[in-house]
Amino acid sequence: MIGLVDCNNFYASCERAFQPHLNGVPVGVLSNNDGCVIARSNELKALGIEMGTPAFELQHLVRQKRIVLLSSNYELYGDFSARVQSVLEEFAPQVERYSIDEMFVRFDGFDTATLTDHCRTLRWQVERYTGIPVSIGVASTRTLSKLANRAAKKIPAYGGVCVLDKDGPATKGLLQRIELGDIWGVGRRLVERLNLMGIRSAWELRNAEPKQIRRRFSVTLERTVLELRGIPCIEMNDFDEPRQRIMTSRSFGKLTGDYGEIHEAIRQHGQRGAEKLRQQGSLARAVLVFLKTNPYRPDLAQYSPSLIVELERPSDDSRAILHAASQALQRIYRPRYAFMKGGVMLLDLIDTDRQQLSLLDKPQNADERARSEKLMATMDELNRKMGRGAVSLGVPTPGAAWHLRCANRSPRWTTRWEEIPKVRAL
Amino acid sequence: MSILVHAALAPRPLALPFPETLIRAGLSGFPSPAQDYEGRTLDLNERLVKRPSSTFFMAVTGDSMETFGMQDGDILVVDRSLEPRPGQILAALVDGEVIVKRYELIGNRPYLCSGNPRYAPIPLGNCDCQVWGVVRSMIHEYPV
Repeated sequence: MIGLVDCNNFYASCERAFQPHLNGVPVGVLSNNDGCVIARSNELKALGIEMGTPAFELQHLVRQKRIVLLSSNYELYGDFSARVQSVLEEFAPQVERYSIDEMFVRFDGFDTATLTDHCRTLRWQVERYTGIPVSIGVASTRTLSKLANRAAKKIPAYGGVCVLDKDGPATKGLLQRIELGDIWGVGRRLVERLNLMGIRSAWELRNAEPKQIRRRFSVTLERTVLELRGIPCIEMNDFDEPRQRIMTSRSFGKLTGDYGEIHEAIRQHGQRGAEKLRQQGSLARAVLVFLKTNPYRPDLAQYSPSLIVELERPSDDSRAILHAASQALQRIYRPRYAFMKGGVMLLDLIDTDRQQLSLLDKPQNADERARSEKLMATMDELNRKMGRGAVSLGVPTPGAAWHLRCANRSPRWTTRWEEIPKVRAL
Repeated sequence: MSILVHAALAPRPLALPFPETLIRAGLSGFPSPAQDYEGRTLDLNERLVKRPSSTFFMAVTGDSMETFGMQDGDILVVDRSLEPRPGQILAALVDGEVIVKRYELIGNRPYLCSGNPRYAPIPLGNCDCQVWGVVRSMIHEYPV
């Protein structure tokens, strides 16, 4: 059996750990630069405020003290996520992180009855140790455990723990009520095509003929059908392959037309992107740079250009990527526009091991590649050991336009000595 | 077999390179005598933090901490995994705030007591009064 542990309203729960006065209050967490809502407490959901709502549309509710909006505090969330994972590891030998707030846990050798008790204890323990409430769904496959988790969260009678028997009546009842779009890995376009075949619920998909599904759709969807029947055939990484593109972008803290500031922001994004690239072991073939003016300011001239520069050969060298990005920026930049956002996307990635030597390769290029690899590895190592930004190409100016705006970030309570919570002795 | 005997009879504790130690121990199945000398330092984390996932640090402020032996700015090591026992110092949730109190039984009923006689004991278990964690230790740094 495999369980999916999902932290309830994770960001909001982390914020509440040291701010109990936020319990029961509608809390929202904002994206980078305080742009829009990316996480909501149940109370905020109940007010009908959707994900992605721009923060400025909610300012009147903040002023009336009816809701609280916080800047994102990723250091805090990252620490709590690690704590939850380590409590889970005390209970189960195999814990795989699926996202910042979801973890797959293997429960082998339990029968259903003891498993339910075990999961209740686990749920209680995670909340007690870390302060983070979780829901647990357990079933014989990952696809079903995702659905069980949803039920554990949405149906109060389950009390946060739902264990599904392979062919039990509860499983059938649940699948009949679940819409296709709520199944792991089934996207909107797939739903439309399935609907045309007369398949509308998870139960109907479960009963579809796997071979036919494979012929008409894909092996992946065939696996989903089998998983719904309780036959495990999806590994976690099937939906989590190395990404085919890497995007790093962010709103500038203010509108800016200054070439120097924009150039610096683009270099930062390029550098961060190159780091991600090396982390996942890929090379990029091309670099896309884009700029955007503010579409909500019709009084200002609009200009949102983008440009792709192809690299001489696939590369993960920050210098090559920054060089390409700078070239692109030079060509798209026009003075007298107020830009709101800029970013770098690394495109057409390939595996580092599978790179083909370019026709222009000469023996000295091999030396150069080895030197570059060494330099980048040293840079990444230093940045990992001494904190991001310890070594970079060119030093960013503090207070530059692209720096994050995070007006309302709570302290990084668990990761900075200067910011640990203060408690009064009374 | 000769490797095995050699390794056991001729320990060179501190000079023995670390990788060699591992390889010999692995081959012979016996722990290397040099292992006793590896990484022997005193780690305050190991002493003070028994369960990292449930341990939080907090800085103390306030007007009645002297009774608890605390001074302004002292760091509390709070463990959420412990079952509170009478006599212990707790971090507790009172009226939407985390504060430091002592857990005591008064006539068999649990109360959170203050170090300052100005504050009356609060009965524990109300909805607006809950345990947050148990204070396991306190760190005081002197100016040097």
